[in-house]
Amino acid sequence: MLTLTNAQHWMAQFFKEIIQHKEHLSDLDNPIGDGDHGINMARGVEACQEALAAKDVESLNDLFKTIAMTLLSKVGGASGPLYGSVFLAFAKATLDLDTLDKNQIITLFEEGKTALMNRGKATVGEKTMVDVWVPFTEHLKSGSLTQNDVDAWVVATGPLKATKGRAAYLGERSIGHIDPGSFSSGLLFKTFLDLGAF
Amino acid sequence: MRGMVLVSHSEDIVKGLFKLLKEITKNTPITLGGGLEEGLIGTTFDRVLKAVEDNPAEEIYIFYDLGSAKMNIEMVMESSDKTLHLIHAALVEGAFVAATLLEAGVNHENIMRQLNPLIVK
Repeated sequence: MLTLTNAQHWMAQFFKEIIQHKEHLSDLDNPIGDGDHGINMARGVEACQEALAAKDVESLNDLFKTIAMTLLSKVGGASGPLYGSVFLAFAKATLDLDTLDKNQIITLFEEGKTALMNRGKATVGEKTMVDVWVPFTEHLKSGSLTQNDVDAWVVATGPLKATKGRAAYLGERSIGHIDPGSFSSGLLFKTFLDLGAF
Repeated sequence: MRGMVLVSHSEDIVKGLFKLLKEITKNTPITLGGGLEEGLIGTTFDRVLKAVEDNPAEEIYIFYDLGSAKMNIEMVMESSDKTLHLIHAALVEGAFVAATLLEAGVNHENIMRQLNPLIVK
């Protein structure tokens, strides 16, 4: 079950993981993007930490909405509107809900995935965050899901040839590099699994 | 009134383009959504929204440089009541053509027709 308390813990852990992996995320972005995914995401989540510390978060909706608006104003790269859209969808999915049961958690991630795909216009196999979001939401529904599964999906973006995002300019040369957005989404999923809320 | 919004990852790019367009426009309001705080490179929803809101025009042609700018603009389009046209033309050439035609009072259909060969994304 997802409550405001454990969702706050989830987000706090996600922010910590992003900041901890800041260098690694930018290193992943270097060969196939502009090398700023870690810096952009760290700036965004640090602003989220400040925004959340400065207010009394009243509800799940309030939590996710605050995060969405902060990321939209602070991230600066493509991950701003992409994660911003995900968290806005999370906010919509938790409107007037104090807790989420298993089915509602599935809906939460489904709505996030749909918002992400609508915003980025990417589909499976294009070496984007979609390549971890789609298997994650599918496995949530079937109920079997481990940290190793998430790692495997992140690693599986390596052999893909990018056809969306800046890495697409590189074509064949994008092959062999893990997609940085998939890595950061992997952190979101792994910190969620750590909660044991599902 | 019709106006223009210029969006780039670099504040310097839109400032420079603004100067160029000011050579040929007197009455077309142009506002800018470029870069991040402290001169950093990137685009944000907030800066694009502010450029749209600060522009006195109700109908606005928006020009941009790269993909993530486009996503932020699309989010602004979903939350604004103004009539916003997102133009996928080469930034400098497209904005120059649009400014010329807006200043001359050319209608939307003809503006789009003249922008069509400049569409690159």
